[in-house]
Amino acid sequence: MAQMNLKEAIRDAMRVELERDPSVLIFGEDVGNVGGVFRATEGLQKDFGEERVFDTPLAESAIGGMAVGLGIQGFRPIAEIQFVGFIFEALDQIVVQAARMRYRSGGRYNSPIVFRTPFGGGVKAAELHTDALEGLIAQTPGIKLVVPSNPYDAKGLMISAIRDNDPVFFMEHLNLYHAYREEVPEGEYTVEIGKAKVVREGSDVTIVSYGLMVHTAVKAAEELEKNGIKAEVIDLRTLVPLDIDTVIESVKKTNRAIIVQEAQKSAGIAAEVIAQINEKAILHLEAPVLRVAPPDTVYPFAQIEDQWLPSPATIIAGVNKVLEF
Amino acid sequence: MSKSKIPYEVYTEEVEALSVLSPDGEIVNKDKVPNLSDDQLKELMYRMVFTRTWDERAINLGRQGRLGFYAPVSGQEATMVGSEFALDKNDFICPGYRDMPQLVWHGLPLYQAFLYSRGHQHGGQIPEGVNVLMPQIIIGAQVLHAMGIAMGYKLKKQQQVAITYTGDGGSSEGDFYEALNFAGVYKLPVIFFVQNNGYAITTPFSKQTAALSIAHKAVAAGIRGVKIDGMDVFAVISAVQEARERALKGEGATLIEAVTYRFRPHSLSDDTSKYRTKEEEGEWSEKDPIARLAKYLEKKGLWTEEDTARVKEEAKATVNEQIKKAEQTEKMTIPGLIDSMFETTPKHLEEQKADFQ
Ligand SMILES: Cc1ncc(C[n+]2csc(CCOP(=O)(O)OP(=O)(O)O)c2C)c(N)n1
Repeated sequence: MAQMNLKEAIRDAMRVELERDPSVLIFGEDVGNVGGVFRATEGLQKDFGEERVFDTPLAESAIGGMAVGLGIQGFRPIAEIQFVGFIFEALDQIVVQAARMRYRSGGRYNSPIVFRTPFGGGVKAAELHTDALEGLIAQTPGIKLVVPSNPYDAKGLMISAIRDNDPVFFMEHLNLYHAYREEVPEGEYTVEIGKAKVVREGSDVTIVSYGLMVHTAVKAAEELEKNGIKAEVIDLRTLVPLDIDTVIESVKKTNRAIIVQEAQKSAGIAAEVIAQINEKAILHLEAPVLRVAPPDTVYPFAQIEDQWLPSPATIIAGVNKVLEF
Repeated sequence: MSKSKIPYEVYTEEVEALSVLSPDGEIVNKDKVPNLSDDQLKELMYRMVFTRTWDERAINLGRQGRLGFYAPVSGQEATMVGSEFALDKNDFICPGYRDMPQLVWHGLPLYQAFLYSRGHQHGGQIPEGVNVLMPQIIIGAQVLHAMGIAMGYKLKKQQQVAITYTGDGGSSEGDFYEALNFAGVYKLPVIFFVQNNGYAITTPFSKQTAALSIAHKAVAAGIRGVKIDGMDVFAVISAVQEARERALKGEGATLIEAVTYRFRPHSLSDDTSKYRTKEEEGEWSEKDPIARLAKYLEKKGLWTEEDTARVKEEAKATVNEQIKKAEQTEKMTIPGLIDSMFETTPKHLEEQKADFQ
């Protein structure tokens, strides 16, 4: 096994699949020669050639649309959108064209595409580089949505995403790229898309999250434990399809829950999880399920992002609220 | 259409870029020398030297953590300072993320430019009477805004133009083509100014387009396209003035491609050695727009090395004072941010403020 950070794990997944399957292609802005602005594809062009890993002109709609066309031709494109805020330029191709290909063609064509994009706050990047836009994608029927929180899952989920015959939107948290390394198996292995994971067991309250916020939630849970409160932390890993069963099982045990997300509070993933808890386990609840999330403003300029984003302290406050209800 | 006698005006064949001032500071194109007084020439030089010094200081401030996001500009002083110089104070500027000098010379206080970089909302709060937008992060979006602003001038019958900037990379975006096409259809008073510095982050021009030049993209939109030497401030001023005059006469939009070079990296987190060569950087440094204008002015007895030294000192002092002002500006707050979302803060947002008080 090798020690990898999240970025290296994702690169390793792409390498494994490029080797295994000649129909896998990687393209996007700056991904070739230098391997992307974060070097996530570094070395891949050198090893697999310019026909399989290549730079495109600066045009997201064309990147998305080319992926759709190549998908029809039997390729498996991995299209990089350089930063999440630039998906809007490509949104028609991603959420309308790719996501509807199977439906529109009655199953004749599909879109075996992975749209990779870095996102995520806490790094003081420029405007629109960090926004958590998963809610936009999650509202779109026909596309899967993956947000890994650690290197092991990232590699396994990426391999699953590349092999998936439906489009997968794969969001990579900027703050996790280099955060830490862990043991990641060499070669191929998969982590199933659509399965959540209990990352910390507990009996008093359930904290549901994904991406970087899983780590923030674990920090909060460690603090809470010092006061004798046992929080169970769930990493959703995949937002579409959402593994609500794992959440419900936990809520039945703890009877209390909060959902932590980095995206603005209203109409997002947290709201969806709460709606499903209400539908499936309302009689097990001792308190309303809370959202711990930033306010409904634009992602703020760097100066106040630390205050804006959920922190262990705001998560603890949320937990105390549901415990004291 | 008959073939052009003007080499830098594009039709369907390759074109020479318009040059007015040679690298040795000689006039090579008498017809295109902009009509500037000695004082104006000195002011132009002042601004270019000031901008270079500010850029150097900004890079240092960035390294010290006193600035946030910053895109270096050295090498592009002729395109940035020169094009703004050719405008009227009331013309509208729609910049890309690198085009801070145009904004500052058009009236945005320098400390606000620093605040913008530091991630403070006040950095983008444009003072009354300054016709600019804040720098655009989404490449190409501003090109459409300039087109719309120009439509406004046309509808209001106002004798003003809009100018917008993007790079060689930006000229590949769908937004760019859509803006050009609208400008052609409605004959709008807008100038599309593309600073072709050879790279979009790491992607070289050769991988950006197979067109003969970016200026050629004007042909398909039915607007005028010209290609100029972007290291030559006289060529820049001349081209922008001409485009402006045509626009005001109702003759429509111009796409100007200025061939230039950025001496510094794309941003503070970029390593040019991975995609550029030292030789190339050396060749371009011989075309330095500031050295070129300095030679011309020195020959005319309008400028000396001491003048350059003096302006540098002045620029450094101003930068120091303005960065301090930025640092001392009251911090943003989350309730303040929440209140900036709507004219009247709705109830759900009022409630959300409670979490931050
Ligand atoms: C829509 C969009 N896509 C991608 C980016 C990321 N990005 C920032 S600068 C840049 C390259 C721009 O190159 P160019 O237009 O040539 O301008 P230059 O930086 O050379 O001045 C890219 C790809 C962005 N800001 N917006």
